[in-house]
Amino acid sequence: MADITLSSIGKTFAGTPAVQDISTRFENGEFVALLGPSGCGKTTLLRLLAGFEMPSSGQIRIGARDIADGVTGTMVPPEDRNMGFVFQSYALWPHMSVRRNVSYPLEIRRFSKAEIAAQTDVALNATGLAEYADRMPSELSGGQRQRVALARCLVSDPDAVLLDEPLANLDVALRASMQAVFTDFHKRTGATMVYVTHDQSEAMAMADRIAVMDRGRIQQFDTPQNLYERPKNRFVAEFVGLGTVVPLRGVEKTDAAAHGHVLGKRIAVQSTHDSPSHVCLRPENLTISETGDLRAKVARVTYLGGKYLLESVSECGTRLLAETRAKFDVGTQLGLTITTPWAFHED
Amino acid sequence: MQKGGSRSEGRLLRAILVVAICLTLAPVLRLFVEGLTDQGTLGLSLASKVLSQPSTLSALKHSLITAGFGTLVSLVLGAAFAFLVAITDLRAKGALVFCLMIPMMIPPQITALSWTQIMGPSSVLLKTLGVAPQLGSPQPLYSAQGIILLLGIQHMSIIFLTLRAGLRAIPQEVVEAARISGARGLRTWWQVVMPLTLPSLAAGIAITFVTALGNFGIPAMLGIPAGYVTLPTLVYQKLAGLGTSVLAEVSVLAMLIGAVAVVGIMVQRFFQTRQKVYLVGSTSRPLAIPLGAARLPVEILLWAAVCTILVLPMFGLLATSLVPAYGVPLRLDTVTLASWWEVLFRQPVTTRAFVNSFSLAFGAAFVLMILCLPLAWLMERNPTRLSRLFDSLLDLPYALPGVVLSIAMILLLINLPFTDATLYGTIWIIFLAYLARFFAVMFRPIQASLKQLDPAMGEAAQSVGASLFQRLRDVIVPLSAPAAAAGAILVFLTAFNELTVSALLWSSGTETLGVVIFNLDDSGETAMASALAMTIVMVVMLLMVVVQLLSRRFPKGVVPWQT
Repeated sequence: MADITLSSIGKTFAGTPAVQDISTRFENGEFVALLGPSGCGKTTLLRLLAGFEMPSSGQIRIGARDIADGVTGTMVPPEDRNMGFVFQSYALWPHMSVRRNVSYPLEIRRFSKAEIAAQTDVALNATGLAEYADRMPSELSGGQRQRVALARCLVSDPDAVLLDEPLANLDVALRASMQAVFTDFHKRTGATMVYVTHDQSEAMAMADRIAVMDRGRIQQFDTPQNLYERPKNRFVAEFVGLGTVVPLRGVEKTDAAAHGHVLGKRIAVQSTHDSPSHVCLRPENLTISETGDLRAKVARVTYLGGKYLLESVSECGTRLLAETRAKFDVGTQLGLTITTPWAFHED
Repeated sequence: MQKGGSRSEGRLLRAILVVAICLTLAPVLRLFVEGLTDQGTLGLSLASKVLSQPSTLSALKHSLITAGFGTLVSLVLGAAFAFLVAITDLRAKGALVFCLMIPMMIPPQITALSWTQIMGPSSVLLKTLGVAPQLGSPQPLYSAQGIILLLGIQHMSIIFLTLRAGLRAIPQEVVEAARISGARGLRTWWQVVMPLTLPSLAAGIAITFVTALGNFGIPAMLGIPAGYVTLPTLVYQKLAGLGTSVLAEVSVLAMLIGAVAVVGIMVQRFFQTRQKVYLVGSTSRPLAIPLGAARLPVEILLWAAVCTILVLPMFGLLATSLVPAYGVPLRLDTVTLASWWEVLFRQPVTTRAFVNSFSLAFGAAFVLMILCLPLAWLMERNPTRLSRLFDSLLDLPYALPGVVLSIAMILLLINLPFTDATLYGTIWIIFLAYLARFFAVMFRPIQASLKQLDPAMGEAAQSVGASLFQRLRDVIVPLSAPAAAAGAILVFLTAFNELTVSALLWSSGTETLGVVIFNLDDSGETAMASALAMTIVMVVMLLMVVVQLLSRRFPKGVVPWQT
């Protein structure tokens, strides 16, 4: 096991850049999620790590070992990288039984028959598949297939496990239970895991750190909490969680606190930047009160179970999202108070 | 887009690609060079001399007439069947489709032989029924009209298949939309269905014309007795009569056939690309227009046509094979299996031909499978400019008339480079010609099945450490095995029946079954020729039934007569 280091990795397909100038580091044993809208380059980045694609520029290293270099063109092929890969389609071999699917990596590594049997049993038990060992993949349900794919990539004790939207084909209930399987597995083995998804709740629930990607670049690589509470730019602020980004004017910053004009009102903001330009208004930053000095009109009400999400429009036309336990009718006038939103700098 | 998957994949791809190109495209290239040079120098004097000979011009005219009108007959028969089977609610469509495929799979020389057995004064079947024309009256099939009729029947399956595929791609909703707008009956067919199928119909017509143009068996069996010579039979007669001294001359003829064929192939490609526009979209439910009260009469008519085209000639063939001598009527006291016994067990030449044809067909299927399986996968995974070019050209040896390929093969192999050795006259030249000719027959089904295979199948094996050889052996080969098996059976079937290529390449000792039937009939041993032909028909039907029974296990697009 070792860290994975990427230095200015880029990949172009027929002249179109899919991944641009990514430099980052995945720590040993870390659960990293690559999150972003479709077409943001997250799957390409994962396939670069696996070795299915050759970088157009930059280097990838595992520990001290160079595994791909876009400049010299040297590259360790996927079969020699010792990484596990879980495909969105599971990619179970339909002509092999569950046991053979799982034991195949060990056969490749020329383990003895006894070792193969022992390690396969361990992997099958760990994923709760012992009783399905002799079935064919076509006889399994979606969740079971997913677990076979996981068992197959664990059995050979890889340096890192790469997962490409593994839950995208499962129904909602199964997703939750498979998330638990992945987290448990990560805790038990301590393997480095890189997990591609477009579902932020999935990423938030499992990952130690999330790399939010857009247009081939990593926009912010941070813990789930920081991504939500301290977004670095407008894309991250709007992509992760609910909220509205509005301009911030007339900033006065001291060591202790910062103040500025938001929607015409002067309020306190939080920021690490010297001259923040925008604030992100999350529902938590807005409180509904009769005396609230920001007037807004309810445009849409969505019941979230136990609470309502109010989509309201302020007098200056800004869309604001608030949460409340009481029900309001569409068209009701509200008073809103903004409390210390996060401010960031945007060019 | 070069995938960085594996360096070894790229190397293996290049290696197999070179072998495949040498096998398939080198002969065609060699012929092209021959046509443009005269005694080693660049020039067209020989070409213009050969092309202005009256025999060439008359053969070209005959070829165009028979292929043209033959295509028309195919079009009428094939299109009628295709429209009725594909867009109406006829019953037992599967059986009908299977029967309509049989003419394509039966070799043309057998088609010709069987039809001559149900017409003319010496027809055993007609004599038995007492309706034979007077002795001395001519065999009506020994004429341009006879060739046209049989070419039409032989190739109607091609029109039927392409048109049916085009029709099945039209979603039911299109017709329903026309009907809700008020169009009824034939108007829907004429204004909605027809325009949508025109590209596939045009592509089918073009390829039928090319196939009819290259057909050797039918004009040879029917035209040579009548002195009606087409381009392929002219090449055969020149080469059989004068040997390789006329090689340069027949190369020009081969180029001429090739040129006409290439025009046809290009027309077909043009329409095939047009047709894709319509294939986009949902094809959830194919058309099924109710015929109502007309259904039963139409069904009776169709099956009657199938019987006439298929069953009747086979009865003629069977009757002839059961009499002691050609011309004797079949009665309880004359029926005998002597011809069968003679041809299957006594004649050394037929035994030899069985061994030759079987070895050639089996060998070709085996070698092509070994070659095509990895090649198709590597070309799918690592497309390069060269592999794409090869992909667009690999159909050429199969699409070009067999005569053209045979001449190209002789030119290429009569003098092996750097030696005095020759492959001409050995069985190896036939074998190499078969590899070239049937490459596409093996490659396309495998390619179709691999295109449907999730690329992650191979990548999953790669990510757990399997080398290129291990991936091929453990994942790719088992998963494409059904398609490869179907391809192998098709190659075997076509090669086992082949006549055109071997007719020009055989010599004493390397006869194939096709050649033997042709020679037996030529020398008047019609009863024996019929017995041998019946045997081959039974082998063909048996193999077709095997493919049909297994067809559910094959991926889509692998069995040519299923969509």
